[in-house]
Amino acid sequence: MPYTKRRRLVSSAVAVTLGATAIAACGSSSDDGEARSGPVSLTYWTWTPGMDKVVDLWNKGPGKKEQITVTVKKQASGDTLVTKILTAHKAGKAPDLVQAEYQALPTLVSNDALADIGDTVGGAKSKFAEGVWQQTTLGTDAVYAVPQDIGPMMFYYREDLFKEYGLTVPATWDEFAETARKLKKAAPDKDLTTFSANDSGLFAGLAQQAGARWWTTSGDKWKVGINDAATKKVADFWGGLVEEGAVDNQPMYTPAWNKALNTGKQIAWVSAVWAPGTLTTAAPGTKGKWAMAPLPQWNEGESSTGSWGGSSTAVTTDSRNKEAAAKFAAWLNTDGEALNALAKEGGIYPASTSAQLSGAFTSPPEYFSNQPDFYKKAAGIAETTAPSAWGPNVNVAYTSFKDAFGAAAKNKSDFTAALDTMQEDTVADLEKQGFGVAE
Amino acid sequence: MSSLTLHEAEPAAGTARRPARRRGTALVPTVTLLLGALYCLLPVAWVVIASTKSGSELFSTFTFWPGTGFTENVSDLGTYRDGVYWQWMGNSALYAGLGALLSACVSAVSGYALAIHRFRGRETLFNVLLAGVLMPPVILAVPQYLLLAKADLTDSYLSVLLPQILSPYGVYLARIYAAAAVPADVVEAGRMDGAGEWRIFTRVALPMMVPGLVTVFLFQFVAIWNNFLLPYIMLSDDEKFPITLGLYTLLEQGASTPALYTLVITGAFLAVFPLVALFLVIQRFWSLDLLSGAVKS
Repeated sequence: MPYTKRRRLVSSAVAVTLGATAIAACGSSSDDGEARSGPVSLTYWTWTPGMDKVVDLWNKGPGKKEQITVTVKKQASGDTLVTKILTAHKAGKAPDLVQAEYQALPTLVSNDALADIGDTVGGAKSKFAEGVWQQTTLGTDAVYAVPQDIGPMMFYYREDLFKEYGLTVPATWDEFAETARKLKKAAPDKDLTTFSANDSGLFAGLAQQAGARWWTTSGDKWKVGINDAATKKVADFWGGLVEEGAVDNQPMYTPAWNKALNTGKQIAWVSAVWAPGTLTTAAPGTKGKWAMAPLPQWNEGESSTGSWGGSSTAVTTDSRNKEAAAKFAAWLNTDGEALNALAKEGGIYPASTSAQLSGAFTSPPEYFSNQPDFYKKAAGIAETTAPSAWGPNVNVAYTSFKDAFGAAAKNKSDFTAALDTMQEDTVADLEKQGFGVAE
Repeated sequence: MSSLTLHEAEPAAGTARRPARRRGTALVPTVTLLLGALYCLLPVAWVVIASTKSGSELFSTFTFWPGTGFTENVSDLGTYRDGVYWQWMGNSALYAGLGALLSACVSAVSGYALAIHRFRGRETLFNVLLAGVLMPPVILAVPQYLLLAKADLTDSYLSVLLPQILSPYGVYLARIYAAAAVPADVVEAGRMDGAGEWRIFTRVALPMMVPGLVTVFLFQFVAIWNNFLLPYIMLSDDEKFPITLGLYTLLEQGASTPALYTLVITGAFLAVFPLVALFLVIQRFWSLDLLSGAVKS
């Protein structure tokens, strides 16, 4: 029997496998070849619908002149994409350009996946609100991305039902609580809104509005302030409302939630500028009955909001044509024609301030045709976005939030304890990853 | 499925001993099975009914009441990004069909060799394979990506096909099956008649192993059809995506765009059909089982 031959085959196969693993373990070796002459082709990972059509404008216009061709590879959004980018980066195969949510930027930068494109895109700074631009610099002199879309938070409510129950639009969070109680008295089977623990971005935005700074640096160490006074205030406020039963405690984005919005069982929603799109599918029967107002404030006379969602365009360190890629990123997010197409094809709300009132944003979203000044109001609110402070393990804090607050909301138990859990989990993970953490 | 095939392959000594039971005593097992079937089929029924609902009906009408939007959903799905859904369907068919076929071939050769031939290190090799059965393929996806990246094969059809060709479970099953279905006497007789090893394998042993290999093929087909993580890590070009990945991109479109629920549900519903058809067509090969075998005891 040819067993010797077989054995040799097996052993060499094992050797090849081990050898290859060893090579892979050596890490990535990315060539840093800068801007070559001649035609350049770039790949771009993005989840924005219709991005291929926007990129066509570049490939046929400015890109053709500069001989820079961009190819879109459509991806699914979310934390998993960050993992995918980092895995590809480990093999030195990340695409030239990636779409990344603001809170993912520190994770990508701390893994050395994003290039500093300040030299090429630095001039675009004036096109964006300061709080937005600051998220792409991470407080350094470098620029790691160009802002694309933002999600300033707003208060949405059923205009007709507010009138029916004699409610006024709350200007402060105290009034918000009063409104919730008043509705409960008038219609015990209805809720003003729900506290949902299945999207951490909402809570992060509310904390941001209150002035929380979850991740800061002191020296070369990270400082985690998830259970700081501002966030505690937000957690206590919502925990109190849930405990007394003034608001519902069921998660959003479920069929039951859609139904509650569609049938008027829940008559308001703390959301962001992209809410019209969500409401169109969640509550198609109540079109034209909703209205938008600024988020309630913590103190009377203030005007500040948080952000929920939003993303940027970044250039990876694996790119061999970083300058060309940065040129495209700047065009995509500052050029009027590009932004108009992005709004039309992708339904995004642009970060660029000049685009917020032009083109697609001169008329209200179809669902809000009853509020003609929707986007004018939105642009005003966007200006008041509080600064945010993201760190390298937002995903861990977010997961911890979902677990701890999910349980606390369900059991109507102490939200402060849940917040402490979130703080502890986040600090423990930072330490495990080898970051220095200041007390 | 596997246990069914394996039991049939065993000599039918056990069944003869048991006297035929009277009807009526099997109430408890019947009810248990019916409950089990209900448990498994309820989500399927949900998908079937939900796929008939239009966007506005989906969350507002009674869950198990059919809607009116089925044809519209299907045509919306067909026109989404110039019919990329059918491209995904084709990709899935290619990955699963070719992958399962190649996997069945590899399993046949290795299973047969492990069962019939005696060579040094056979048990060690087999134990390594058994360890492979215990290893969830999910764990291997990232190392496989890094390996294929070295060979510049990522984001290609090969990158999804190659890692799925060797299925430890398939080899294991083929070995067990070959040991039971291919009698050593038959192989010996072939050698006496002067046939080469390859000829004995292809002409004598392989036909005997067909029912087992059909099982391997089906298992692997379903596994590849449903696989998510491997193609997710390997592929970045959505024209090469299988259906699992494609539907995921429809769901996760970023916060500013609502998830395309109706398209995803209709897409998931249509994606079940090839699997059902495959099972209906192929299950007839399983019945060959009882007729096959050259040595009767």
